[in-house]
Formats: sequence, structure tokens, C-alpha cells
Amino acid sequence: MDILKIATAGSVDDGKSTLIGRVLYDTKSLTEDKLEAIEQKSKQRGFDYLDFSLATDGLIAEREQGITIDVAHIYFSTPKKSYIIADTPGHIEYTRNMVTGASNAQASIVLIDARKGVIEQTYRHFFINSLLRIKEVVIAVNKMDLVDYSEEKFNEIKSEIEYLANKSSYQKQNVTFIPLSALKGDNVVKSSENMDWYKGDTLLQHLEDLTLDDVEELSKVRFPIQTVIRPKTEKYHDFRGYAGKIYGGDLTVGDAITVLPSKTTSKIKEIHFFDKSYTSATRGSSVTLTLEDNINVSRGDMLVKKEEEPSIEKQISATICWMDKTPLSPNTKYVLKHGVNDVQAKVTEISSIINTDFSGKEENPSAIVLNQIGEIVLKLSKPLFFDSYQTNKATGTFILIDPKTNATSGVGFIQ
Amino acid sequence: MVYTVKIENKMSTIQVNTLESEAIYIFREVVAQFEKPVLLFSGGKDSITLVRLAQKAFYPAKIPFPLLHVDTGHNFPETVEFRDRLTKELGVELIVRNVQDNIDSGKVKEESGRYASRNMLQTETLLDAIEEFGFDACIGGARRDEEKARAKERIFSVRDDFGQWDEKNQRPEVFDILNGRIELGQNVRVFPISNWTELDVWSYIKQENIEIPSIYFAHKRATFLRDGLIWSADDVVVFREEDEIVEERTVRFRTVGDMSCTAAVLSTASDVSTIVDEIRVSPISERGARIDDKRSEAAMEKRKQQGYF
Repeated sequence: MDILKIATAGSVDDGKSTLIGRVLYDTKSLTEDKLEAIEQKSKQRGFDYLDFSLATDGLIAEREQGITIDVAHIYFSTPKKSYIIADTPGHIEYTRNMVTGASNAQASIVLIDARKGVIEQTYRHFFINSLLRIKEVVIAVNKMDLVDYSEEKFNEIKSEIEYLANKSSYQKQNVTFIPLSALKGDNVVKSSENMDWYKGDTLLQHLEDLTLDDVEELSKVRFPIQTVIRPKTEKYHDFRGYAGKIYGGDLTVGDAITVLPSKTTSKIKEIHFFDKSYTSATRGSSVTLTLEDNINVSRGDMLVKKEEEPSIEKQISATICWMDKTPLSPNTKYVLKHGVNDVQAKVTEISSIINTDFSGKEENPSAIVLNQIGEIVLKLSKPLFFDSYQTNKATGTFILIDPKTNATSGVGFIQ
Repeated sequence: MVYTVKIENKMSTIQVNTLESEAIYIFREVVAQFEKPVLLFSGGKDSITLVRLAQKAFYPAKIPFPLLHVDTGHNFPETVEFRDRLTKELGVELIVRNVQDNIDSGKVKEESGRYASRNMLQTETLLDAIEEFGFDACIGGARRDEEKARAKERIFSVRDDFGQWDEKNQRPEVFDILNGRIELGQNVRVFPISNWTELDVWSYIKQENIEIPSIYFAHKRATFLRDGLIWSADDVVVFREEDEIVEERTVRFRTVGDMSCTAAVLSTASDVSTIVDEIRVSPISERGARIDDKRSEAAMEKRKQQGYF
């Protein structure tokens, strides 16, 4: 695995920026000019420590208020791996930005202040990690130096989270607990000398050892067509290539495929990538395919392996995270964007609002407002071919676009 | 980010290069979702990388959109020569719009003094070109690792009629789903290499054997020192005090903007491999040599000189 995408969650007070700063500092990823700028500004503000949030809070409003509003992306690498950290805001009013940052993450770090233990925010962060089915979650119990590196305190937090994990809808999740001090550097990159009782890896070591199999579940192959390539040149007069990205599994020349929604069948003739052709391609590759038969395929269609057809329905039930100031209400119409396919959708039912503290649901609400998560039923203008989010992340998710404003109003997870 | 081709028993499997695949996916979405996209081409390494990715996304068809170069008139001659050759080779349309035209017509005012640069004036020319051609998507080579405000930008970044970025109200971007719906008059800035680092770009240039302008490699150049940075001594473009002494140094450019806003770095790296090694261990970030980024700090320093605290 070359790149690991990580989301971090926690508020400024939990020491999230300090943790990221510590990782960058100890892996020597901060260049002299950036470090100098942080030193200078920390001093200007009268701090006697380095305020690493100044490195990641890139908006003026964020620096003014001392909080993270939107996702920042931070990059660093070790000889073994490249890392992309999506630093997400922890405040409830920025839940939508947290979902945005975490949606592409393969692993997630949830910060807990050892003095405060599990708080309301922790519940929400943990809930969103389960909803998004992030397979690898690290619970970083920070500020251990302020609780005398107490094993008892750490175990208390651990058992509370384990209790939550039992209630989670996603039981395949791996939850790893690491006691650390971002400020002092204990167990972040270097092993702590203050916690002999902890026998596990440091945070970085743990991330270094993760493999693709640890962070991703295999599923059935899905190939949504983004665009049809027709050069119409003399050399490629009859070339008709289907361009897209492979999700879920691998494709091989000769595979029998079905095209959705027409359900016509054919076989993969060639797999092209730039000026070469290959006999097979792995998930995640953006390739161009040609088929044995000359059939009608266009953008929004999807190729799947024969006998691995997804569901095809005109009505879907989904869990939705609402991201718009205008609430989601019954009978409203939206454009549903499912990968590269657009259909019209109408909200026919709002079944519930889910409490993100694992305390259950509120049935039959009148609307779902900004930053709330709920369950809805949608009626569609034409059949959608999809999987449940549980079985296939790429084809189990969609966004709702408000046709009046073009805003991305919500993100849905098909049940 | 190693891209390998396995050839075993005549089987060849294409292995995924996450960043490359992501960029190609974005290019294809742009062409599918917009009517008049354009690629903003500066002649720098990032936009050259974009061109290669665009080639890959649509091969064997040609790149299905034109390249736009906003020429400040202060570009390095090597970059302009390179630009013309590349576009000719690829057979893509090149549109050039000149900042000079806006200066001549009085629409914008040229800066003066020590730090005068046409960097800021580019915006007006770009907005004019967007309006003139009706471009609805402008593809650019900005990367999130360059600068902390850029670290907050989406891949599809919606701009209003005035080209403004509403940073506090960005569209959520989840999974691979890109929402390119806009109203008439709006346009979208698209950043396919958002998630690439400087080292990723150089490693890719090396792996793909991509040709880049000569100013990226070590060469002898007439230079002078100012504020700890090495400036190009081109008296037509760059204002220079009498006591700023010109000296020949062996330098290269790590980032290529205008002559008036890009400083050189001391280097003997004469090929891409050496550059990759140099960047891997460099203690200074890429934009550490961008004079335009230093402006606010430089302003602070000036105020201090005048007695400010």
C-alpha cells in the first residue's frame, strides 16, 4: 500500500492540532520556513509553546476564532508510506464537514482528552466512523501526562468505548487504543518511557503496519462509465472505449459482463491505459475498456460481471446526513447524484432522526435539519442500479443536490 | 506512489497509482459535466504534469479542451519557448491572453517599486478570458500541500461572476462524487492534483520521463540577493537598487512563476533524478522561494523599520 488516507476528529482542546504537529515534527516533515512561521506567530500571540494549529487552520476566520471550521489536508511521508490526513472539525455545527473529510478515509483517529474521558463529541465521532464504515479506528487517549500516565484512567476510557463499539452497526471495525501525550511526544512517533504498562505500538508504528486488506473490504466489481472515448481518427476509426474507474475488485480481459441498465451482455476485449494494453486491472485504476460486441453504452451506465448484478429499483431507503441550511422535508424534489449517474428524486418519507450518541431514534420527524442524520425513503424518476453501502461503498452512496441552488444538500448511504 | 507493470507469463496487470487514477477520474468528470473546459497552462511543472494526465485520460483521442496561458510578459523566455513547442507537438489549441493589453488600455495599473510584480494583475486577464470564451471550468495545477489556504480548497471549487471563492461556504465533497452544477455566469476551478505533494509531482515527472523547461535545472545566471532570496537580475523586468550587486551564480528554479515573483535556489542538480533527491531532503518548502508569498511578512518588516513596535 502506498498511500494511507486518515481522518482525524477531535476539538482543539483535545490537542488534535498538537498531535498532527507532533507527527509532522517527529517525522521531520515540517520544513524550516514553515516551522519558523509557526514559532514567530506563536510568540506573537504570547504562547510559550508552538501552536501547531497555526499550520493547519488556513482560513482567517479559523485563526480568529481558534477553531477548525473546514477540512484541511495535511501531507507527510515516511520511507514506507505516504499519508494524507484530513483534519476535520469536531464541533457539532460542523458535522457535515467532518463527514466530508472522513468520507475518503481508510483509517480514522479519534482524540480523547484523558482528563475529560468520553464526552458527547466522542460519541458523535465514533458514530460517524461507524456510519461511514471506516474499518480501522484508533482511539488516541491524549494528555496522559496530565493524569500521571495512569493505566487505570486509560482502561476506564477503553471500556467505555468498547461498550459503544458493541452497540455499533459495524462490527468488523478494528478499534485500537493508544495512550499518548502529543505535547510531550509519548507514543506518537517515539515509544513512551512513562508508560511501561502499555505494550502496544506507537501511533505511527501502528499506521505504518496497516495493509490495504486491513483498511478496505473487498466487494463485487463495479465499473461506472464516465465517458465514451471515440477518437474518430484514421488510425482509431472504429475505436469505442469506455472510460471509468474500477471499484470493488479486479477486471480481466475475457470477463463476461452485463451492461446496466440495458442488461445487454458482452465480454471485455481490451483494457487500455494510455498507450499500452493490459490483460487485467486492479480496483482503483482509471482505465479504458473495449468490448467484444458493438453495443450501446453511454455515460452513467455501469459494467458489472455477469451473475453479479446489483439491485435495480425505483425506490430506495437510505440513511442521510443533512448538509444544507434548508431542512429536508417530505415531498421535496432533488437531483440524486449516484457516482456518475444523475436521477430525479422525491422524498416520500422521513422515517427517523438517529441520535448520534447511540441513544436510539426519534420516529416520524417532520424534517431533518442541518448536521442531523436520519432515515428517509426516496422515489426515483428512473431505476437506479446500486448496492447497499454495507456491501459496496462506491455504489452504495449518493448525494442530493438542491436544483434551486445547486448546493450539495446531503449525503446518503443506501440501506 | 510507484506505478509498476508486472509481466509474468505474458500476463500484464496494471497496478493502481492512487494519485494518477484520481486525477484521470477528475479530468473525465470535467469533460462529462462541463461544456467549455479549459486548462490553465503556465509552463510550470504542475501544469505540464496536468497535460500528461489529460493525455492519459482521453487517449487515444486528443485532449478535448484548449490550453490557456495568461502571459504577464514577465515570463522566463525558456518557459514560453517550451509552451509553444509542447502545444504544437500535442496538436492542442493554445490560447494566449496578455496582461500587457490590460495595462495599455488602463484597465489595470502596473505596480511600481522594489517589489513590483504583475502576479496580481493576472487575475483580471484570466476573468476577461473566461468571459470572452465562456469557459465554465478552469483546470489548474494548484496543490493542497503548497499553502495552508490551498489546503482548504475543494477539487471542484465554485466561483461567482467575479471569480470569488466563498471559503466559508464550500460544497461538501464526499467520496468520488463531484458536483459540477452551476448557474450561468458561475464557473468552477478544478484541481486534479490537489492531493499531490511537490515530491509526488517530481517523482511522476521522473517516472514518466516528462520534458520540462530548462530553468528547472542548474544553470549559470546573473542574480542578486534581496531579503535572503536569490533574484534574477533582469533589469527590464525586475527593479534593482544600485547597491544590489549582480553576481553570477549556479542556480535553478524550484517553482516557476514570473521573473518578478520567483526566486532561484542554489543548486547543481542537472537532471530530474538529482532534483528528486534534492527535494526529498530539502529543509525549505517549495513556496519558501516565492516572493509573492512573502508579501505580508515583508510588509510587517517595513512597518517595523518605520518604528512599528
